[in-house]
Amino acid sequence: MRFMGAKTLLSHSSRIAWKDLTELFRNRLGLVLLVVMPLFMMVMVGFIYPSNGGGNNFPVAIVNEDSGFANTTLPSQAFIMGLQQINTQTHFLQFSNASSIEEVKSMVQRGELEGGIVIPSNFSESILTGQQGTVIVVTDQSNPQISAQIQGYSQAYVDQIGTLMAQQNVQMLNSSITQENSLPIVKPYTIQLEGIVSGSTSYFDFIAPGIMAMTVMMSVMTGLPVAISQEKEIGTMDGMMVAPINRLSIILGKTLGQTARGLIQGAIILALAVGLFGVTIHGNILLVFGLLLLGVFSFVGLGIVITSFTKDQETAQMLMMTLMFPMMFLSGVFFPIQQMPWFMQSISKFLPLTYAADALRKVMVLGAGIPEISTELIVLVVFGTVMTAIAVPVFRRMMTR
Amino acid sequence: MQNDNEPIIQVTNLTKTFGKFTAVDNISFDVKKGEVFGLLGPNGAGKSTTLRMLSTLARPTKGKATIGGFDIVKHDTEVRKLIGIVSEKMIMYNRLTAKENLWFFGSLFNIPKDVLNKRIDELLALVQLTKWKNAQVGTFSTGMRQRMNVVRALLNMPQVLFLDEPTLGLDPQSSVEIREFIKTLNRENGTTVVITTHMMVDADLLCDRIAIVDHGKIVALDTSTNLKKLISGEDTTIISLEIANLTQDLISAIRELDCVDAVTQENSLHLRIIVHGSEAFDSVIDMVRKENGKITSMQNLQPTLEDVFLHITGHQVRDAADQKIPQEHRKFGVPQKGRGR
Repeated sequence: MRFMGAKTLLSHSSRIAWKDLTELFRNRLGLVLLVVMPLFMMVMVGFIYPSNGGGNNFPVAIVNEDSGFANTTLPSQAFIMGLQQINTQTHFLQFSNASSIEEVKSMVQRGELEGGIVIPSNFSESILTGQQGTVIVVTDQSNPQISAQIQGYSQAYVDQIGTLMAQQNVQMLNSSITQENSLPIVKPYTIQLEGIVSGSTSYFDFIAPGIMAMTVMMSVMTGLPVAISQEKEIGTMDGMMVAPINRLSIILGKTLGQTARGLIQGAIILALAVGLFGVTIHGNILLVFGLLLLGVFSFVGLGIVITSFTKDQETAQMLMMTLMFPMMFLSGVFFPIQQMPWFMQSISKFLPLTYAADALRKVMVLGAGIPEISTELIVLVVFGTVMTAIAVPVFRRMMTR
Repeated sequence: MQNDNEPIIQVTNLTKTFGKFTAVDNISFDVKKGEVFGLLGPNGAGKSTTLRMLSTLARPTKGKATIGGFDIVKHDTEVRKLIGIVSEKMIMYNRLTAKENLWFFGSLFNIPKDVLNKRIDELLALVQLTKWKNAQVGTFSTGMRQRMNVVRALLNMPQVLFLDEPTLGLDPQSSVEIREFIKTLNRENGTTVVITTHMMVDADLLCDRIAIVDHGKIVALDTSTNLKKLISGEDTTIISLEIANLTQDLISAIRELDCVDAVTQENSLHLRIIVHGSEAFDSVIDMVRKENGKITSMQNLQPTLEDVFLHITGHQVRDAADQKIPQEHRKFGVPQKGRGR
């Protein structure tokens, strides 16, 4: 008897889901948006945050103000040559010449340059009199990210030139030392990075799983209240309500339909991440989709409660957006939670999206299996169960007023 | 088992309030098996709310009702198996075809596949939509949509069919079609029909018995003929006057007369006047003369349901319909009327 009840419940739910999806697939504009939304999301995030931690060919001017020492400007010429030589291999910067630091500053203000490298007048003097030579790096403070990158590149260039010089000096001091064994003397320590999985990862690898979790959840969360309140508004809900079916099959059917829609979007994102942005999935793909489903389950109760309390589509949508927006940022989809202040970190612990995104990241990037993400799984199941337990009676009440 | 004389619907002290607003005020009535029962009244009178309660879509605040012996609250699932509802809003999905729509709603009733398939074909043929069965209903005309709307309610072969303003917004031809269809259904299948309307024609032509509803209460309940006798009996008469130089002053003057119960202006020349007493004719004519009115024609009329409504409630159906629904009423989500379009 109980089994029969569950079977008819599922059968009615699937009819409703089928109906919703048929409607969706016949709505051409809706279908286009269904594909375009995740596409935009991915393309924008993917290109705005470049994969290897920076762009290249930033226009930077070199200013040589060196006045020379003992009739020679050899040290500064050697330095500039070193810079250009390294850059022909890396192409991080694009060098031009400028006459003064003031010219560089005004060109940065006009947007013609991103920064400048200035060799001061006493450069040769310092080097030849046994002091450190200082190089001034001018950056555009209005753009902290590019500024930091140019700073980093300049530092790396200067280090490299310095190392080369040091190696030559060591060789000059002791002729028995060759080019190869001079390096350990100048730089005795070096590091080697070892990841959990092979290959390098980028910001995009960090962000893709989060965006997937977010899109699927958001899709269901905004879709559900709209789907239900829309039917209430146009009157078709009455048609289902007068049928001798369990009230639950209405909400279950709607949820199924919306989940299918969400998973389609998730799959699109995954395909784009892999195909367009070179993200490698190290974990099990089925586990990825299972996690997405669990994410939806953990969330859907909230959507149902909101649907029950709002009278029309517009309010439902507005309320949903108000909740979704902070959730997007607090759940560590775009920025690591560890970077947030403590109170935000505590809020993020109460958001199911945090756990879904985290688990998904572990599976996709680090190739984790079920045992490694068991904490997240438990949290998501508990969230979902509690939410559903609250939502079902609320929904039943709403339906028979 | 139901006896033919036994009522299939029994309503006892049914009440529905939305906050402080009482939409349905303690009403009681019975509907006999196989009867066409009408709830007649202006918009906002509580007809639709009554219908929504009977069709298990709204929960009564107080009172009780049974359909086929099942309580509408306690045994709502059993009630739902017996009824079909044609709501004022069309219950169908524009992006599904006619057949898909019927298939979807039918599948919610656990009708076996082959039976349902056959029934859909029969129903579509019945309303001449077979040709369009694979077209999306969004492309249908209003008349076609309303026919779809009606057959959708018949998928489970209901014993009781509820219709909420089924001819609202339809052209005269489609209205006639829908009325004929309801009549046939009632005659051939013995389906009990409960219909709400503010159209006198619908009530007059369709209903075996009519309950006149005003401000949430039933103010009269009888057959159309008996309701009309309420005024055409005794010494009440309805006269139609055509006055060439009709003015508002003249109308108010006539209204002031003791023998006049009600005056309706039908157009720029015609007045419809309900009067009583043997001297009434003379008094009215004297008054028109006194005010220098020119009578171009005069007729003795048969009473209509409109006259009955006017006589009983003291206002016209149209008047009440123009009154705004109280704010409270809206806030609590009573279905909005599909006016205009």
